[in-house]
Amino acid sequence: MIDAIPIEYAGGRSANGPLLVFDHVTGVGWDEDATITLASGERRHGVVLDVNDDLAVVQVFEGTSGISLSGVRVAFSGTPMRVPVGPQWLGRVCNGRGEPIDGGPPVRGERLAAVNGVPINPAARELPRDPIITGISAIDGLTTLVRGQKLPIFSVGGLPHLELAAQIAAQARVGDGTFQIVFAAMGVTHADADATRDALEERSQAGDLALLINTASDPVVERVLTPRLALTVAEHLAFERGGHVLVLMCDMTSYAEAVREVSAARGEVPGRQGYPGYLFSDLASLYERCGRLRVSSGSLTQIPVLTMPAGDITHPVPDLTGYITEGQVVLSQEMQSCNIYPPFDALSSLSRLMRHGVGPEQTRQDHMAVAGQVYAALSHARQVRELTDLVGETGLAENDRAYLRFADALDAGFINQGRTDHRGIDDSLERAWAALTLLPSGDLSRLDPEDVAQHVAANARDKPEAAA
Amino acid sequence: MSSLSSGLWTGRVRRVNGPVVDVVGLEGVAMFDVVAIGASGLAGEIVGINEDVATAQVYEYDGGVAPGDPVESRGEALSITLGPGLLGGVFDGVLRPLEPDTVWLTPGRNGDSAAGMTWRFSPSATIGAQLTSGALLGRVTEGEHFEHRILVPPDVAGILEWLAPAGDATSSQAIARIGGVDVALSHRWPVRRPRPARSRDGEVRLLRTGQRVLDLLYPIIRGSSASVPGGFGTGKTLLQQQIAKWCDAEVIIYVGCGERGNEMIDVLEDLARLRDPRTGGALRERTVCIANTSNMPVMAREASIYTGVSVAEYFRDMGYDVVVIADSTSRWAEALREFASRTNQLPAEEGYPATLGSALAAFYERAGSFTTLGGSHGSVTVIGAVSPPGGDLTEPVTAQTRRFVRCVWSLDRDLAYARHYPAVSWNESFSRDAERVGVIRAQNGDTGWAERRSFALALLAESERLESLVELVGAAALPDRQRITLRSAKLLREAVLQQDATSSEDAYCGEEKQAALLEMVLAIHQRLLKLVDAGVAADRLEQLGLARVSSARESGGPEDVAAVTAVRDAVLALLGSIT
Repeated sequence: MIDAIPIEYAGGRSANGPLLVFDHVTGVGWDEDATITLASGERRHGVVLDVNDDLAVVQVFEGTSGISLSGVRVAFSGTPMRVPVGPQWLGRVCNGRGEPIDGGPPVRGERLAAVNGVPINPAARELPRDPIITGISAIDGLTTLVRGQKLPIFSVGGLPHLELAAQIAAQARVGDGTFQIVFAAMGVTHADADATRDALEERSQAGDLALLINTASDPVVERVLTPRLALTVAEHLAFERGGHVLVLMCDMTSYAEAVREVSAARGEVPGRQGYPGYLFSDLASLYERCGRLRVSSGSLTQIPVLTMPAGDITHPVPDLTGYITEGQVVLSQEMQSCNIYPPFDALSSLSRLMRHGVGPEQTRQDHMAVAGQVYAALSHARQVRELTDLVGETGLAENDRAYLRFADALDAGFINQGRTDHRGIDDSLERAWAALTLLPSGDLSRLDPEDVAQHVAANARDKPEAAA
Repeated sequence: MSSLSSGLWTGRVRRVNGPVVDVVGLEGVAMFDVVAIGASGLAGEIVGINEDVATAQVYEYDGGVAPGDPVESRGEALSITLGPGLLGGVFDGVLRPLEPDTVWLTPGRNGDSAAGMTWRFSPSATIGAQLTSGALLGRVTEGEHFEHRILVPPDVAGILEWLAPAGDATSSQAIARIGGVDVALSHRWPVRRPRPARSRDGEVRLLRTGQRVLDLLYPIIRGSSASVPGGFGTGKTLLQQQIAKWCDAEVIIYVGCGERGNEMIDVLEDLARLRDPRTGGALRERTVCIANTSNMPVMAREASIYTGVSVAEYFRDMGYDVVVIADSTSRWAEALREFASRTNQLPAEEGYPATLGSALAAFYERAGSFTTLGGSHGSVTVIGAVSPPGGDLTEPVTAQTRRFVRCVWSLDRDLAYARHYPAVSWNESFSRDAERVGVIRAQNGDTGWAERRSFALALLAESERLESLVELVGAAALPDRQRITLRSAKLLREAVLQQDATSSEDAYCGEEKQAALLEMVLAIHQRLLKLVDAGVAADRLEQLGLARVSSARESGGPEDVAAVTAVRDAVLALLGSIT
């Protein structure tokens, strides 16, 4: 990736995990890009983590396996790491370092951009207020994704989060302008990687998607680079070329583990659960690379996907992510056991920017009210369900039984959908209405009474036996 | 910081480890001196000196800085320029302006805030008079309404030898000479040093937030301090933004410390759009925003808290009531931890340095109601959000903060999940100002305030106890009176405590309407109790549609007491007809 190679230093001083220490180097800057050459002639890439006088600590993205201290050589580029950016990435499939794995030539790009990016001036931002329709009822209806938002998916190992991410990548749309996807997979199995490639084939062929895949057997430290690469490419497409870009990053827990591995190798003081104290800032340096700008018509939206170890939402990775992102979509084992796809846990899920992105101009007049009513009713339904466990369904008031019927209907008719099923926003909202009309009309206080009457009447027409 | 040609000392970089840089050769450099690092003059601050090695924390991304690069010191502590032009502005953690037309914050930016602007100065002191620090020299009008008082800076006093006549002046142009010292509209101030005041005046004056759950249950007075702990998604930022928008202070300093960029622009847009109900001007004109979002350099986050409170003290010295909102102090504490870890300090709890408690105390102690050097009265109220990891309220920052603040407005995840906003918990929150507020309220004519507060707290506590019973036996098994308690507590939550920040009618609530809403619930509760005592089945009363009670808060404007009274009368009449 770097053309000019200035001075090469031969011989390392020590190696530890993914780190190499070189001595007798001069003028090497912190965070500089390094090229490491093995005795065999193999080239690897690295970044300077610490410089102290004539010592430089280099983190090797491909790992240090096979490196001997006497045979290794290193050259420093003189600048922090840069990668090519441009529309040439679209339609390509690359590994986690951006090297092609689709048989094509290396991605050249229009120019080089710093992979760490530069912070966006908060005063130059524009508030996100247009939705992205994912075609998934639960997300579009209840936790609407807004252009420029970062909305993570919190999942647990074994749940179909990768499938859901791929489905969103395959079918998400915006009403206007170009829409492009950058999909970064980190630490996924080969089978999952293949399935993801298949699911995204069509979009990739159309030249709307760039795919970066770091598999579980690829070097762990490479994962530190993958999301940065994806975001650098996406920032260019969004803010310089004015496209609407959606970046999916899966699985961020694998990423954080790579960060922890590097931190441990450096002997840093560990914070919670062995993760370094700067994990918040590190994650923020990724998640904050999204949004809208006053000066650009484009937008950058992120869906980071992460698995909560042992389903623990207070684990540092989901916890810190939740503090940075604007809401979360939570997938639950419980819904999965009921054979519902996506296994969307509505009560734990939230989109903080939804209120800006829905309404008569963006989606539909009744959207916010419907979502609010569904949440209120689900919250009550959960209390009723807990009570049922104790007193049995027969011990419930009729009113409360309606809530159980509502929750079941919502799961079956609204949340549950096929893996290639692409639902429009009207379809999704009407499905929510169908469940809501099972509740006593008097309880639908958040909805417009006229809308309620209309939907109750329409449902009675559709299902005369239910009305009778 | 501009590039330094007049540096006092020049040294060399020895080590770079992220935002921590070791420097050699800076003889005579003092702790907390500002340094410019490398060719682009990145701003840093000396935070440790060990023999000939000085350690600096850098306020910018320092990728590419290498051992041997030059470092210059100007022999000044981290300072900011205080003067006209701050209100309505957006600044970074070291008070460099964030102009909306600069998209990317590249390192080494220049930052003279408002240096080029001119202001209309109206003098009001007499030449020849003996002036003390804090005495009034004149005025400048900012925006449409704000009277920016130009005072003799701290550390300056003497005979007023010369005073500029009424006319235009730039911020840095001299407008007076006092005891041989030229004084401009603006002056420099080191952020880590509290600005002097004559004394704490012990005055008790209400700070009205316009948020019912705070004003009715957990009130705060001017010059007090509050902490808002809450896990993610509990609405910390929204509550703090509501206070920034609607509280009746004269100046708001909003410090976005390690938070989200999209939230920052949300609050900026809202402040520009909304009008101040008291002055009619845009709310933005009374606000100084200090934005250090989570992706901006981590060490500037550490400084942003001190910057914010120094700006607040500057306005306090003019005799204003100022509120500092810091969102979130946990991110500030994390910056302290990150620095401690990079400099190999021994960690205390959870990797935080042992100085965490004293740093928090020093910050919250800058709050207070003061007699200023000039003899007027001003206050700084500090409201800090805390983001406990995993919602764990026993973690160090939350636990330590609790010791130093007068109010805790704890946000509850269960309430937030049930979409009960603001999710202020009645189990974990407290206000040590409540008694004094009760006295003041009574003096102001509202003698029932304290009694209504105890009623509401008792009802909430009782219903909390009953609800745990209901989970075991079901509501039907409770005696009728207790079922009414549950019903009324629900009304209290829906009609009074919940407040819709997105509704123009409900986002802010005047104090008379607050009182009317709570009185309405109280009256309905007592009537319901009377009815069950008279033998009416609780079943029947529970079936009554009381939706209009819950929506009364949104009927009519924020001050519309009559609309609430009308609902109350109608519902009481309905209940009166039941036998």
